[in-house]
Amino acid sequence: MSNSHRTASGGRIDRTRSVTFTFNGKSYQGCAGDTLASALLANGVHLVARSFKYHRPRGILSAGSEEPSALIQLERGGHTEPNLRATQIELYEGLSAASQNAWPNVNFDVGAVNGLLSKIFVAGFYYKTFMHPQSLWMKLYEPLIRHAAGLGKAPKEPDPDRYDKMHVHCDVLVVGAGPAGLTAALAAARTGARVILADEQNELGGSLLTSGETVDGLPAASWIAKIEAELAACPEIRVLRRTTAAGYYDHNHLTLTERRTDHLPRGAAPHLSRQRLWNVRAKRVVLATGGHERPLVFADNDRPGIMLAGAVRTYVNRYGVTPGKRAVLLTNNDSAYAAALDMQAAGIAIAAIVDVRTAVNGPLAAKARAAGITVLENRAVVATEGGKRLTSVDVMPLAADGGGVVGMARTSIACDLLAMSGGWNPAVHLYSQSTGKLRYDEAAACFVPHKATQALHCAGTCNGRFALPDCLAEGVAAGTEAAREAGFTADAPLPVPRAEADAEEPLRPLWVVPSTQLVGRGSGKHFVDFQNDVTAADVLLASREGYQSVEHLKRYTTMGMGTDQGKTSNVNALAILAQSLSAPIPQVGTTTFRPPYTPVVFGALAGRDVGELADPARVTPMHRWHVENGAVFEDVGQWKRPWYFPRAGESMHDAVNRECRAVRNGVGVLDASTLGKIDIQGPDAAILLNRMYTNAWSKLDVGRCRYGVMCKEEGMVIDDGVTTRLGPNHFLMTTTTSNAAKVLDWLEEYLQTEWPDLRVHLTSVTEHWSTASIAGPKARDVVAALAPDLDLSADAFPFMAMKEAVVAGVPARIFRISFTGELSYEINVPAYHGLRLWTEIMKAGAPHGVTPYGTETMHVLRAEKGYIIVGQETDGTVTPQDLGMDWIVSKQKADFVGKRSFTRQDTSRADRKQLVGLLTQDPTMVLPEGAQITAQAGGTVPIPMLGYVTSSYWSETMGRSIALALIAGGSRMIGQTVHAPLADKNVACAVVKPVFYDPEGVRLHG
Amino acid sequence: MLLIHCPWCGPRDEIEFAYGGEAHRVRPADPSALSDAEWADFLFLRANPKGVHRERWVHAHGCRRWFNVERHTVTHEILRVYPPGAAAEPDAAVAEAQPPQASQQGVRS
Amino acid sequence: MANAVDLPRVGAVARFASAFAVPPDRAGGALTLVEMIPPGQINLRCDGHDPRAARAVGGVLQGLLPVNANTVQSAADVTVLWLGPDEWLILTAPGQEGAVMAQLREALTGLHAAVTDVTGNRALLRLSGPSARETLQKGCTLDLHPRGFRPGQCAQTVLARAGIILHQRDDAPTYDILPRRSFAEYVWLWLSDAMAEYNGRAISG
Repeated sequence: MSNSHRTASGGRIDRTRSVTFTFNGKSYQGCAGDTLASALLANGVHLVARSFKYHRPRGILSAGSEEPSALIQLERGGHTEPNLRATQIELYEGLSAASQNAWPNVNFDVGAVNGLLSKIFVAGFYYKTFMHPQSLWMKLYEPLIRHAAGLGKAPKEPDPDRYDKMHVHCDVLVVGAGPAGLTAALAAARTGARVILADEQNELGGSLLTSGETVDGLPAASWIAKIEAELAACPEIRVLRRTTAAGYYDHNHLTLTERRTDHLPRGAAPHLSRQRLWNVRAKRVVLATGGHERPLVFADNDRPGIMLAGAVRTYVNRYGVTPGKRAVLLTNNDSAYAAALDMQAAGIAIAAIVDVRTAVNGPLAAKARAAGITVLENRAVVATEGGKRLTSVDVMPLAADGGGVVGMARTSIACDLLAMSGGWNPAVHLYSQSTGKLRYDEAAACFVPHKATQALHCAGTCNGRFALPDCLAEGVAAGTEAAREAGFTADAPLPVPRAEADAEEPLRPLWVVPSTQLVGRGSGKHFVDFQNDVTAADVLLASREGYQSVEHLKRYTTMGMGTDQGKTSNVNALAILAQSLSAPIPQVGTTTFRPPYTPVVFGALAGRDVGELADPARVTPMHRWHVENGAVFEDVGQWKRPWYFPRAGESMHDAVNRECRAVRNGVGVLDASTLGKIDIQGPDAAILLNRMYTNAWSKLDVGRCRYGVMCKEEGMVIDDGVTTRLGPNHFLMTTTTSNAAKVLDWLEEYLQTEWPDLRVHLTSVTEHWSTASIAGPKARDVVAALAPDLDLSADAFPFMAMKEAVVAGVPARIFRISFTGELSYEINVPAYHGLRLWTEIMKAGAPHGVTPYGTETMHVLRAEKGYIIVGQETDGTVTPQDLGMDWIVSKQKADFVGKRSFTRQDTSRADRKQLVGLLTQDPTMVLPEGAQITAQAGGTVPIPMLGYVTSSYWSETMGRSIALALIAGGSRMIGQTVHAPLADKNVACAVVKPVFYDPEGVRLHG
Repeated sequence: MLLIHCPWCGPRDEIEFAYGGEAHRVRPADPSALSDAEWADFLFLRANPKGVHRERWVHAHGCRRWFNVERHTVTHEILRVYPPGAAAEPDAAVAEAQPPQASQQGVRS
Repeated sequence: MANAVDLPRVGAVARFASAFAVPPDRAGGALTLVEMIPPGQINLRCDGHDPRAARAVGGVLQGLLPVNANTVQSAADVTVLWLGPDEWLILTAPGQEGAVMAQLREALTGLHAAVTDVTGNRALLRLSGPSARETLQKGCTLDLHPRGFRPGQCAQTVLARAGIILHQRDDAPTYDILPRRSFAEYVWLWLSDAMAEYNGRAISG
């Protein structure tokens, strides 16, 4: 291993295991345990990206999930994934990554010309620059912007990986495994509570992996290992590494995304899901999510080589990487001093610590000075130099109020690394998603949790307590308390681990570093949001233009709207806004935090609900036969129903015509198993039917069937079907296929909430029965062959009657009802004999030419008879009267659901849309369903529309096309001519009664 | 995703339930006695409070029983679940609900 | 309806392998999924707190009638699952449901009760093995941890996108999963896919 920027020893990487990877086509070596970012830095690569808008060269800012700049396109083909943070990509053998948003490459990017045009790319530039003329927006501006500004590329191939989900419950969920999270998890787990500890990193320890501080007298690594071992010994602990808590939802429901194989070469573990989305329901949550360091806002603060001080410390201590040879630190607080000391120890020359505070005398500063580091007080970096890599910084003294600089003289310091610290923000993202309220802490200049609304505790840095001893103590307290609230206490409470921390001096907020020029003047850019290229000047301009609410500012400037959601920029931006408004920061407030904490891949959200598992395909017991006999299927809700059964060489039209002829002239059979069936029992069953159906049920004889229509209270039809009286207190209701569950729920709602006094029990038997409908003039012959003992004569077994008999050896219920207008028997057997019934029908019917038919033929045949289909002739705005079915609405019953609404003004209008039949003048013309109907052909636009076609077919029986339509005042227009204006022609139609075939119903009763 | 305590089956995820709108809207015993305006009010007008709402839910994928829920429409905190026959407790629940506190699993009683 | 031929009953996933299993895993047990021969299924509605109803049902069902929510009571050839405050599912040996229904109707004469044959309504899939719980947790929001769901407990719930009745039989753990018959193929496909992680493969079919 010969990395130009690798320390000689130290860090948590495995120096014995070299890992080869490519970046922008060039091969590099890293170590096991590296991230892509640390491996690139070890090779001296800082320039990794071009910025979103100006295409400025960008490096690596951070060492974690807050990274705004180093966004990477990982892998190629179906495995490719855009916008990944190099700081979170674990290195694996063969990894291939590339820069985004650069053409032809990241070193020479044509788009960088945008930087020269930056005066037009100010806040709200889309709204200002591309407004006029509006016609050019879709054709020119939008595609141009999309091409020029952007992130990575979405894959074009299907995702080859598997994803899954897990649903778990726990007593305590701890998010974050730093010092606070580890102690919280251990304190809770020792009580016997069910604990989940989740951390987004590949190893536990959080900030201790960076700081290497001593705990309980042990070096950080040893202490972490000890706690891990103690956790593993607890009875009910689940530790999830590489797992990001992405969302915090209602009632302590959190989603975690676990990256199970992303750290392995692609395809290395095909049996495992690549990522797993955990749905966790926690009795208590402990948020120990740590914090994010803030950048400082100064001119050209975005050059490669400018990094967060804490991140540099992480690269040095955790990864054994020196991101530069000679460094300057710029800070407003003490934490950068710890970083400087570790950097120096790793061999980085420290040119100076530039501190904006007027006098720095704390213990950390003393240590730095003792180590020979120059501390420049009351000064700031006001400019930087260097194209693709930082070469020097300019330092000037600050005025007493920090609002300006003193004099014009600049001191230039040569350096290839600038480590900056603007203080720390607690990572309150999940806390805020939980709707917890924040408070602004003036001393630490950050927002901290204030008042929780869900059952949670915050601990450590997340709670605004930055020092290690405080983190450890808060972790123990939060874990213990969370477990206690969930009902668990430990026999021996966990003692608070011992640790020490140097006292820190107060920070000095300096939201924009001043210079000799005003912000926005000159060529220097003060970046606030690195990902979306939003500068301090943009924030100030937006404020001047009146965008003074932080939510408006966000949307106008796009500040915080990148994939990083402004983790490093939001507080700086709102502080600059507050300054410009001379308002206190808490008054400006934060924007709303929303899930996910970091981006979640679509695959993880879809989980395994893809392909044939995307939605259940419900199948009937006869399904196997249909498949084997070439049925083409139609989706009806989730059901797969045979649509038609084509023979070799037949088109759909041919097949349907043949099936129609078979039913009208011979015999056909339909799988009607999908119809909903509700068993209704109880002494008040008939009363319930009387109240729910529009017609009367009390006098229906046992063994007889009746058709019914059901309405909602507003009088609109919701379902129809045949109900049969099986006994004095026993009915069987059938519903339409798609409304089966809805109707049962509807009946139960009334029974349970309005009429609990009715003694009725409802049981769904939809799936218990399998149904074959045998229809046609020869239906009787087929049924006679199947049930030789049954008297099928019209006198013994009339239309609308039901008999029980053994059919093909199986006890069955036979209903003589019809949806085709032909002599018809619906045979019901238990589902486990459904396939046998069907095959026996095919056998017994063979001599009669029995023809299986599908839903299309069923639709044609019923339309010939003018039978409605709920959902086709109705849409929730149609009354029985509109359908010409006044006959089914009882005048005698005092009340039923819907009755009162039939006398409302709206439902009694004469010009309501009413069901009619339409016959096109050209009998071969089949109207498209949904075609609008007008009174005249042509005329002045807009032409008043009378209604629309609900059903339209070629009727083989009639030898011409037929259609049903809902037309305003249609029942009084029989005999008139109306028009269907189509795209290419106008079709004249005669309005007729909506029955085309056998209006007397002779065939039904045969 | 809410966690709803079915009065009969216990705590279950929201996906097992279906929402049934405002509770305690009793169907008039004799709708024909109502004016069109009164009937329209029954059909179409519902409360939409910012605060405590009493509403009906059904455990659609469980015991299929309907019940009533008092839910705070801002925080989604569920203050009470009770069977459909039981009377609402006016005022007491509303007073309790301001402002909602973090309670175990968002459910009391 | 006498004289019916006693025909073999066809399962709901007969189009697929009749069983699906994974080899013994690290925990030492195999993970298996099989469709059981559909048992007799009877839906019972009555007031379980009415002593007359409880006595009547108990007389037929060897005293079984669980009144505690989400619980199951079993005897040699009959299992009774609590479905709701006044609803139970009675599982009998295949073919015995007719006799049991007749006895129940007789015993419940005069009471407000409903006894309905629902034998065809649901398929019965049995999932067993050390990874069975985790397999179900991929699609079920119930708390299946031993502290939340134990042998002898049942629930009507949702697995992936299908409603099911779930019954834990033992600590293996073994679960009986009863989807509506039309959903059985989907549930079968879903489960066998979820099991694939544990080296699952079809062993016949």
